[in-house]
Amino acid sequence: MNTELLGIIATYLLTLAIAIPLGKYLAKVFAGEKVWTDFLKPIENGIFKLSGINPKEEMNWKQHLKALLTINLVWLVYGFFVLLYQDKLPLNPDGNPGMSPDLSFNTVISFVVNCNLQHYSGESGVSYLTQHFVLMFLQFVSCATGIAAAVVLFKAFRDKTSAKLGNFWDFFVKSITRLLLPLSLVVALVLAFNGTPTSYEGKDQFISVQGDTVNVSRGPAAGFIAIKHLGTNGGGWFGVNSAHPLENPSYLTAVVELFAQVVIPIAMVIAFGYFIRRKKLAWMIFGVMTIGMLLLLIPTLSSELGGSPAIAKMGISQTTGAMEGKEVRFGPALSAYWSTVTTIISTGSVNSMHDSTMPLTGVWQLLGMMINSFYGGCGVGILNYFIYLIIAVFISGLMVGRTPEFLGHKVEAREIKIAALVTLLSPFLILAGTAIASYVFTNYGEAAWAVQPKNWLNNPGFHGFSEMLYEMTSSNANNGSGFEGLGDNNVFWNVATGFVLMLGRFLPIIGPIAIAGLLGAKKHIPESAGTLKTDTLTFSLMTFAVIVVLNALSYFPALALGPLAEYFTMLK
Amino acid sequence: MKKYLLQSIRLTAVLLVLLCVVYPLIVAFAGGFSKGNGGGEKITKNGKVVGYALIGQNFSKPEYFWGRPSAVGYNAAGSGGSNKGPSNEEYLAVVSGRIDTLLKYHPYLKKADIPADMVTASGSGLDPNISEQAAIIQIKRVAANRGLTDRAVAELVVKNTEGPLLGMFGPSVINVLKLNLALDELKK
Repeated sequence: MNTELLGIIATYLLTLAIAIPLGKYLAKVFAGEKVWTDFLKPIENGIFKLSGINPKEEMNWKQHLKALLTINLVWLVYGFFVLLYQDKLPLNPDGNPGMSPDLSFNTVISFVVNCNLQHYSGESGVSYLTQHFVLMFLQFVSCATGIAAAVVLFKAFRDKTSAKLGNFWDFFVKSITRLLLPLSLVVALVLAFNGTPTSYEGKDQFISVQGDTVNVSRGPAAGFIAIKHLGTNGGGWFGVNSAHPLENPSYLTAVVELFAQVVIPIAMVIAFGYFIRRKKLAWMIFGVMTIGMLLLLIPTLSSELGGSPAIAKMGISQTTGAMEGKEVRFGPALSAYWSTVTTIISTGSVNSMHDSTMPLTGVWQLLGMMINSFYGGCGVGILNYFIYLIIAVFISGLMVGRTPEFLGHKVEAREIKIAALVTLLSPFLILAGTAIASYVFTNYGEAAWAVQPKNWLNNPGFHGFSEMLYEMTSSNANNGSGFEGLGDNNVFWNVATGFVLMLGRFLPIIGPIAIAGLLGAKKHIPESAGTLKTDTLTFSLMTFAVIVVLNALSYFPALALGPLAEYFTMLK
Repeated sequence: MKKYLLQSIRLTAVLLVLLCVVYPLIVAFAGGFSKGNGGGEKITKNGKVVGYALIGQNFSKPEYFWGRPSAVGYNAAGSGGSNKGPSNEEYLAVVSGRIDTLLKYHPYLKKADIPADMVTASGSGLDPNISEQAAIIQIKRVAANRGLTDRAVAELVVKNTEGPLLGMFGPSVINVLKLNLALDELKK
């Protein structure tokens, strides 16, 4: 087998080997059991004391949501103003300007919701102060928010009946102190010793071998890049993200960055099983997610390793695969794997330019984001999957003529209504958003915005449509990757995606927590011969079918107009 | 609600200190012990910095090995890819032009010898590497322009090829800057 494919397999197995024990560890941390990191308790107690928080105060699901939404609001306001006035604040050695209000609005939302869309470019659009005190800060806390929300859901199913679901601040702070911060330190040090800069020096200048004057953007990037992946945020220090040679210097760092973005989402699934004492259910969920990933990865590999048909026609040798927008040190295979995991998990970091990938690869990237729960983002992946589970429970219940129930709690009209609303929200935001963008592009091409609509697209025809579809899909999935040719730093895209980002983040958190809270408080029904078991192979297949059917019905027409149409025209 | 608001503000302040001051300072301190002392590894020639080990630079003179096409002209203060879609006619014309240029400077080549990385722009626009095949096709030209034997240059290419990680994972690559500096050394 060739070294490039071997590299992918090794990377995945390494991730799994660490994710499983990490999942068990997380279950213990959040259950308050003894773990080896308990020596950090004094730090946590200090944080709670300074913040006036009693971590033992139990909350119900509504109080959890109130706490979550309040602190997110604080971050929005804080980040917005700091980005706006970054030019007047210290730690700006390159003298970069302040953000326009619409860009600041978009940027702060995008980092608060764990998306990192980045309508600015890292080298010229932000200062070291905002990179650290706004963006990196939000990378930590947005991920911890997702994990804490998932733990609330876990808690609802741990005991037979319970309205008391632990303390939000406790889960949130522990996600940082026991998981994100220590792991980030390790990853940051690996990056630092493999070439990623860590110092606060500004731009450097040198004369190249051929005599050109070259300016080099730098900065304390290693710590940022670590949490960008561990927290499934994806926002890069530099404009081209992890394709940049300082952001991702070698094959080894690429393996580490890939590990970092996949490990916590898998660990959370394992943690779910241990936490609610139903390991089999967790393994079934893991199985469905893994099969889903493979079904997206294998065709992606096939289309990227096959190379570009148009360039093949010119007679060029593409022995390793398609190379436009890719880096030699990673090669097409690892870049294909990266494009799959970064879209199924809501990271959105890239090591190759998705805009230049093959048309069918675009289909798999888009589908990964539309489904958004094959592993999924930190914490929120399992919340998204939970919605699919509830719908599968409901449909199976109807099919066999029994009252649907999940883990001993009756699933009734109210829960189904919430699940249906959350499910319908995604296609609504993506399709209506793309439709509006297309309408503006065709009818208001001359609008006097920073980028005129007629100049939005970097590619003509079907591919241009895909650029707009991708941007809306990525925003709704809180993914953050893009078909970056799109001229998105203007008032339309900044504001439109800003709203899509917020709705696409908070409703899919509020929905599952409300359902879990409602179910958890219901009387527990003991298991009987009539119970629909959710940890069986049959039920897993059912869930998988629900995921496929819902997404195919919602998105096939849009995919047909964009990447699929481009694929068929290239066959000619 | 008011209680949560106060707690949120205080918690945010505490975490800002921990995550944005303490954490990056630890990383910066440790990074000071890396190659390049945390500012990126530099490469010097005759005591002058001529480049960064990891950042590709433009080579167009006939006596040097060329790197990959760059969508941003190797601007290390504004990285970028072409973001051209695979079916874009304008883009395909550019690729076709690159093939013609390569054939012009390497008249001994057949199209099928040219690897994809030499006619496509990298993702960052700063790719420091080329593939083995991309170096092999340039050997004759470089040797002829420097009055060296093909064999001497070919040996240098082999010496500057970095194999897969641990010999097992990922592609083999050649750092263009390092290879060209080694070439300059050879001349002496």
